[in-house]
Amino acid sequence: MSGADMPHASESPATSLAAASPGRAERPAPIGQTTAYAAEWERTEAARAAGQPAWLRAARRQAFDRFLDLGFPGTRLEEWRFTNVAPIAESRFPLAEPAHLTAADIEPWTFADVAIRLVFVNGYYAPALSTPAASLPHGVSLGPLGPALHHLATAGDTSLARVAPVDGHAFTALNTAFLADGASLTIAPHVAIEQPIQVLFVSSPDQRATMSHPRLLVEAGADSQARIVEVYAGTPGTMYFTNAVTEVSLGEHAVVEHCRIQLESDAAFHVGVVQVEAARSSAFRAQTFALSGALLRNDITVRMAGEGVDCVLNGLYLAMAQQLVDNHTTIDHAMPHGTSLEIFKGVLGGRSRGVFNGKIIVRQDAQQTDAKQTNRALLLTDQAMIDTKPQLEIFANDVKCTHGAAIGQLDDDAIFYLRSRGLGAQEARAVLIHAFAGDLVDGVRIPGVQTRLRDILSERLTRELSRLGETAGGRA
Amino acid sequence: MLLSINDLRVKAEGKDILQGLSLNVNAGEVHAIMGPNGSGKSTLARALSGHPGYEVTEGTVTFKGQDLLAMDPEVRAREGVFMAFQYPVEIAGVNNAYFLKAALNAVRRHRGQPELDAMEFLTLVKSTMKRLEMDAAFLNRPVNEGFSGGEKKRNEIFQMAVLEPALAVLDETDSGLDIDALRVVADGVNAMRSPERATIVVTHYQRLLTYIVPDFVHVLADGRIVRSAGKELAEELEAKGYGWIEGEAARA
Ligand SMILES: Nc1ncnc2c1ncn2[C@@H]1O[C@H](COP(=O)(O)OP(=O)(O)OP(=O)(O)O)[C@@H](O)[C@H]1O
Ligand SMILES: [Mg+2]
Repeated sequence: MSGADMPHASESPATSLAAASPGRAERPAPIGQTTAYAAEWERTEAARAAGQPAWLRAARRQAFDRFLDLGFPGTRLEEWRFTNVAPIAESRFPLAEPAHLTAADIEPWTFADVAIRLVFVNGYYAPALSTPAASLPHGVSLGPLGPALHHLATAGDTSLARVAPVDGHAFTALNTAFLADGASLTIAPHVAIEQPIQVLFVSSPDQRATMSHPRLLVEAGADSQARIVEVYAGTPGTMYFTNAVTEVSLGEHAVVEHCRIQLESDAAFHVGVVQVEAARSSAFRAQTFALSGALLRNDITVRMAGEGVDCVLNGLYLAMAQQLVDNHTTIDHAMPHGTSLEIFKGVLGGRSRGVFNGKIIVRQDAQQTDAKQTNRALLLTDQAMIDTKPQLEIFANDVKCTHGAAIGQLDDDAIFYLRSRGLGAQEARAVLIHAFAGDLVDGVRIPGVQTRLRDILSERLTRELSRLGETAGGRA
Repeated sequence: MLLSINDLRVKAEGKDILQGLSLNVNAGEVHAIMGPNGSGKSTLARALSGHPGYEVTEGTVTFKGQDLLAMDPEVRAREGVFMAFQYPVEIAGVNNAYFLKAALNAVRRHRGQPELDAMEFLTLVKSTMKRLEMDAAFLNRPVNEGFSGGEKKRNEIFQMAVLEPALAVLDETDSGLDIDALRVVADGVNAMRSPERATIVVTHYQRLLTYIVPDFVHVLADGRIVRSAGKELAEELEAKGYGWIEGEAARA
């Protein structure tokens, strides 16, 4: 790619909801695959309360038009080469209806030491399961997005879709087109929230396979601090489509830790877009855990809009059976003195498929950038596959940029060594996989979350390894 | 008899390595196995520990009256076979304490003993470490990773001391050790000597055998034991080299 293709750092940032989008006339006829979605959109839009502000309805319509323009991405697009979304495009997912869940139902996805919590079931805010007010400092507003939007007079009054604009990404456009609710966290300047905050999106479809479009909007004011745990989960065995968008803006000197956990049903589809914009001297530290789901696709973009931004972007993914996990990350060093450290690790078993695409852009102005990317994958079977691609686009000359990728299998000698000391074959493999993945779990500094992640990892690995033991007698 | 090897033939990657090896070891005995490079010493150790890359094509191995060859490697370990590797494997990300506790508890479960909790385990290993002159920080390091050659060998002996096997096979545990380390390792092995246990010491040189005095010395050449005698054989080998024995074996 040449420099000319790159939008320059000084260009205006993303178009917001309020900005104009292409008129309807320019739009080509919707491609067949979007017809079911169009019908569902028209139906829901008509059913939605007339009391909703006109600007919101217009914004949704605009987003939907944009979605129709873009259509579902095909595998001929470089960014979607390995991930075929036909199963999503060709399905007919009605928008999920509200469902009633109890505290016991959601217990597996909550954490002992995370007391502040917003819970959404099928995309609808569940006040009975939520504890938004618990010990929040003054200057923090945490709650459902829907009611907040209803009070606004114009689109210009919200920063919704500013960091995650609808124009570039079909799934973001689709999310915005169906937007009715979501979670909103706004932190006033200089406020540090000590307690971690959880946002839980649970899918609990009825007999039909339904879809939901969760949204999380975080605005961290200058010099503010927060830790956010974003969890997606679903009733085991159910089929549904989660199309999530998270947008985070960090003011100058803000520090945000973001832990994103996908624990979807093994039959579920999840497309998640995370867009982050970081102002001068802010720090964004993220960990993403893609642990279950039939198809998980994450597009994570961090844009360093100011000097001296510090970014950590780590991820662990597990793909078993026939699952597909695709992580596309972009770290955009637009300004000088930014540092980014990215480690992604995958454990792939069964006939699963993994994709990692790690793009690092260092723009012309971004001198003294220090970027380091590591990407490792562990293949547990001969049938598992990984496609991995670092993508460095460097336009500044005084930068430090390193990347490394390694794909491997469990070391037979190490397995034998452990067995020769008395560990069973399955236990030996589990020990080595935990050794591979453990540092990313250790990086989660909320003890309850860390412990839970470790347990989930063990539980899923045990299942996979016993399956391995049955079929092949293992590798060693 | 603790261990009885009868006419053992072992193949690796299509190559015949052990070609009819027989050896009997009683509880309470120390046997030394010596022999030139490539004679099959490590292959014997690997075959005894159940390495999947080594195929037994003929022969039997009986351990405590049971068919050792029918057991998975972990079962052999739990039954009390311990192999100190010539080249211990480095395992990144797994710390020594975690690994050894898992191993010890696997062995204890097998023996019907209660598992040790973290505190009991620490108490046990701390005294062993002291005896082997090992630094406590070592417990939190990843298994063998970044260890010097000597540290790796010492770690093998440490594991052996903690797991208390009935039969220990030490494959060139002396190589790369300076004289102080050699003494510590030998003390570790000697401390384990008891009427219920036996040790097979594989070595090139007789130095280790001045510290761990063997009851028998065997010479391995071309996959067979070509000579067995008392400890004086080790000294003779050191003085004369292996040539004369190999020559004898070829003529026989
Ligand atoms: N996995 C293997 N595949 C092929 N050949 C092997 C394998 N292991 C050992 N050999 C060969 O078998 C022979 C015996 O090897 P072994 O390691 O048992 O010898 P050794 O007596 O332990 O030698 P050293 O004194 O060098 O440790 C050698 O020729 C070696 O190259
Ligand atoms: Mg050897």
